[in-house]
Amino acid sequence: MTGEGKGLDSVSIALAGSGGAGVMTAGNMLLEAAAQAGYYGLMTRSSGPQIRGGEAAAMLRVATTPCDSVDDRYQVLVAIDWGNVARFAAELPLDAASLIVGDPAHGEPPEVFLKSGARHAPVTLKDIAKKITGGWPNMVALGLLGGIIGLPYAALRAAVERSLKKGGGALAASLAAVQAGAAEAARIGSSYALAPAPARTARWLITGNQAAGYGAIRGGVRFVAAYPITPATELLEWMAPSLERVGGTLVQAEDELASINMILGASYGGVPSLTATSGPGLSLMIEALGLGVAAEIPIVVVDVMRTGPSTGIATKTEQADLNLAMYGMHGDAPHLVLAPNSVADCLRTTQWATHLAETLQVPAIVLSDQFFGQARAVLERPETVAFAGERLRAAPNAADYKRYALTESGVSPMAIPGTAGITYTADGLEHAERGTPSSLASDHLAQLEKRARKLASIDYGEDWADLEGEGELAVITWGSCTGAVREAFSRARSDGITGRLLSLRLLSPAQPEKLRRALAGVTRALVIEQSFGGQFLRYLRGEYDLDCELTSFRKPGPLPARPDEIHRRILDWSRA
Amino acid sequence: MTAKKKPARKTKRATPARKTAVRAVKRAAKPARAPSAAYADFMVQAYAMENDARDRYTEFAEQMDMHNNPDVARLFRKLARIEGLHAETIVREMGWSKPPARTEAWMWRHSEAPESAAPGDLHYLMQPYQALELALESERRAVSFFSGMTHSTAPVEVKRIAREMAAEEREHVRLIREWLKKFPKPERGWDQDPDPPQQSD
Amino acid sequence: MNAPAPAAGLKPQLFKSDVKPVWCPGCGDYTVLSSVTKALAALEVRPENVAVVSGIGCSSRIPAYTTCYGFHGVHGRALAAATGLKVARPDLTVLAMGGDGDGYSIGGNHFLHACRRNVDLTYIVMDNRVYGMTKGQPSPTTEPDWDSKLAPHGTGLREFHPLVIALASGANFIARATSSDPNGTADLIAQAVRHPGFSFVEVLSPCVTFRPEQRNWKEMVHPAPVAPTDDAARAARRLMTDDGFNIGVLYAGHRKPYRPEMGRPAAEVAELETEFIL
Repeated sequence: MTGEGKGLDSVSIALAGSGGAGVMTAGNMLLEAAAQAGYYGLMTRSSGPQIRGGEAAAMLRVATTPCDSVDDRYQVLVAIDWGNVARFAAELPLDAASLIVGDPAHGEPPEVFLKSGARHAPVTLKDIAKKITGGWPNMVALGLLGGIIGLPYAALRAAVERSLKKGGGALAASLAAVQAGAAEAARIGSSYALAPAPARTARWLITGNQAAGYGAIRGGVRFVAAYPITPATELLEWMAPSLERVGGTLVQAEDELASINMILGASYGGVPSLTATSGPGLSLMIEALGLGVAAEIPIVVVDVMRTGPSTGIATKTEQADLNLAMYGMHGDAPHLVLAPNSVADCLRTTQWATHLAETLQVPAIVLSDQFFGQARAVLERPETVAFAGERLRAAPNAADYKRYALTESGVSPMAIPGTAGITYTADGLEHAERGTPSSLASDHLAQLEKRARKLASIDYGEDWADLEGEGELAVITWGSCTGAVREAFSRARSDGITGRLLSLRLLSPAQPEKLRRALAGVTRALVIEQSFGGQFLRYLRGEYDLDCELTSFRKPGPLPARPDEIHRRILDWSRA
Repeated sequence: MTAKKKPARKTKRATPARKTAVRAVKRAAKPARAPSAAYADFMVQAYAMENDARDRYTEFAEQMDMHNNPDVARLFRKLARIEGLHAETIVREMGWSKPPARTEAWMWRHSEAPESAAPGDLHYLMQPYQALELALESERRAVSFFSGMTHSTAPVEVKRIAREMAAEEREHVRLIREWLKKFPKPERGWDQDPDPPQQSD
Repeated sequence: MNAPAPAAGLKPQLFKSDVKPVWCPGCGDYTVLSSVTKALAALEVRPENVAVVSGIGCSSRIPAYTTCYGFHGVHGRALAAATGLKVARPDLTVLAMGGDGDGYSIGGNHFLHACRRNVDLTYIVMDNRVYGMTKGQPSPTTEPDWDSKLAPHGTGLREFHPLVIALASGANFIARATSSDPNGTADLIAQAVRHPGFSFVEVLSPCVTFRPEQRNWKEMVHPAPVAPTDDAARAARRLMTDDGFNIGVLYAGHRKPYRPEMGRPAAEVAELETEFIL
């Protein structure tokens, strides 16, 4: 936040209501309007368990710089009605500087919100909408919120027009409602106006699930088989038509066992393949992932993590599938595990994962999560990177062809069906170099070494992690915690604390030498993650020899990590 | 156990049988006029029968190798060799530049080639006697196949060669019977194995 | 003489690898292997253009015994892998093969949906009504009164009827074959491969080790007394009332196969970005 007159650098607002109120539609329009006006933004959502008619909240952060995290507090909460909105209280922290806008037609705001000390300003959203033929309260709320944060009417109008392409009466009514809402904002007088927008740059509006899907296609994926599961479904829904356009296809499988085996079959056929799922689905896929390791078939599995165990909280985020992804398979099964650390990075990391899987002929698991997957972000156009599938293929009629030849790098040329003279059987049975089943100790050892060697033989470059800052203190984190940790750490720097931020992207194979260099001279490290049991802490302890003293700060889902509590923890820890 | 096979015929260094076959082909294949289409078709079929029988015995021999039964493997291999010789003879005598195609799959449509031994009758502990019984059964089927031809509406030259081949197969039956005498009949309990089956995958 | 040899086609041997089967001598699967090689020769496809996909079990060892491209995957998932492969590579001839436990028990769900999906592939089940590889436990097609260590008094459960289930689920071609008739089985497999969509061939294939009484199957099988039908209702009645030993094509339908277009891009990858650009 900045001083009076200049405006805010970041403002967080929530729009809540029951089913039928259209809060998601209005929230999406508001994000688009903010983008039109030149701001960055991040929108997350929360909803009750009902398929229709349940309570819902669109939660936005609009800022003058890109935002990879939610903020500590919401400055504005607008409720079209109060239905069951109180159940979102933990997700909608307010304070005395916040503003609550409710429609008096639906009674007083719930006590759980009022006790924050926030100012309450009633607005008769429903009545105002009623005066406009075809007017809706959510459009009044959109105008109101736009006014409160200082978005120009032109930006709101553009967002509404883009959304209601048909034009005609609906468009005119919506625009009238937006204007009426903006007038109410002026009446309330409470201003959370943003500072002027930064200079225009090339930007995208994208969700983490779309970004991961696009990264996969950029990496070369042309076949997807998947079973619907929250919160991965949108990734699949984006990919289905997109794959068709670029000459690929998506098959909806009967279950996750089928989807993972379908992509193994397709990739065995030479077509880079992917599936996306969440924890319960990943659990079902584990056996076949081991087949991918043993038979050396590249595939990519995006796990959009949700709160577990079991069905858990399907619509909320958590970082607790790490153990499963790292250690779930039976036998010694070296494979890739990668984790994006921002919405934009979902694109880059999934593309990289596809490239690595193809290059190394091995399954890759990408650990995204519900926070990334379902968040819509306005961000800088991600740079175009060249990671693309590069599978080493065997030539036709190669003399004495051995599919699992013990090469120096561990990667051996793969025969693609249709290629003459080098047919072989891909096998989950332990095998000799030719692929023929073998129970010999010598073959088992040679193939174990080969499969481990290929992952160890390539240089993963600088993408293995993001390292920022220097000093004897370090904060180590991964995935969707990274944005909140970065924001918290930058506040800690203003408090005079120096240190390093390390966010790991390549989790398997571990990079001990790179980590040693990154943490050289560090005496104490704070490990921050979103899991109850400290899976990331145990991962670090298990995979690396760390000289420094480790302290764990962890919380389970379903609430997203917020900068303020991390900031406080960093202060306490650094001064201890 | 069923029996089959004709290979026995050549097995016993049974030159007589072999000579019979060669003679039969020579007589029939070198008429003054060019052979009729029906005749050529028949010889293709005869070739296929030999060929299928050879392949079958080879598979049997491989199965016995795999299951550590070398005596029976050796016997099946010998039977395969005999069938193979027979097939080659037909090719040579017919003057074919290479073996005829389309002999493999469809010649007998919904039945086996008469001389091919039934794979379902194998056992990993089987003994040479039983292998010869299989061969005997096969030869008998071959006899009835060719005999059947002689009562068909086939052209006269086909009937003639079929008759000769039937006679030849009868000779094989006799020879295998002789051969069988060299091996003891398996005793009761020949298929007993004190160990249970192994688990695999 | 100079009589020309008939044109040389492909030989079944071309499709047989040098890996020797581990099956018990007498096992029906040997014959099925031989029938598959004969069928492929008759179909005049090259081994490199055929993929044989299997799961786990005695019969699922079959891919490595062929010279085709083979995929020996995990238990019960042959149809899923075969589906992915065929959709991604429609140019290949894809055979999924396996046993009754693999296909009807652990893989039962995939069986239903493969029939429904009607991808153009052929599924050959070598049914011996027993789990051979794990030493003789009852499978879904085992008779209810068959004693075994796991079910000492029999399972008491009604047998699974794969052909009826295939019909009800939408399979486009349904045949029953017997390992006692290798050429007949080869013919049925060739017809199944030629028929568009999902073709299902159930082969009675005795287990001579755990079900030695199945050696008698060869006396019990007989050609189906009626011609194939494309009328599902008629096929259902026949399948429900037959004795389990009718051999032949029992249903051949006209459903359109599932065949999404692959490999014909209408757009450059970068064009997908358009929807994200502000």
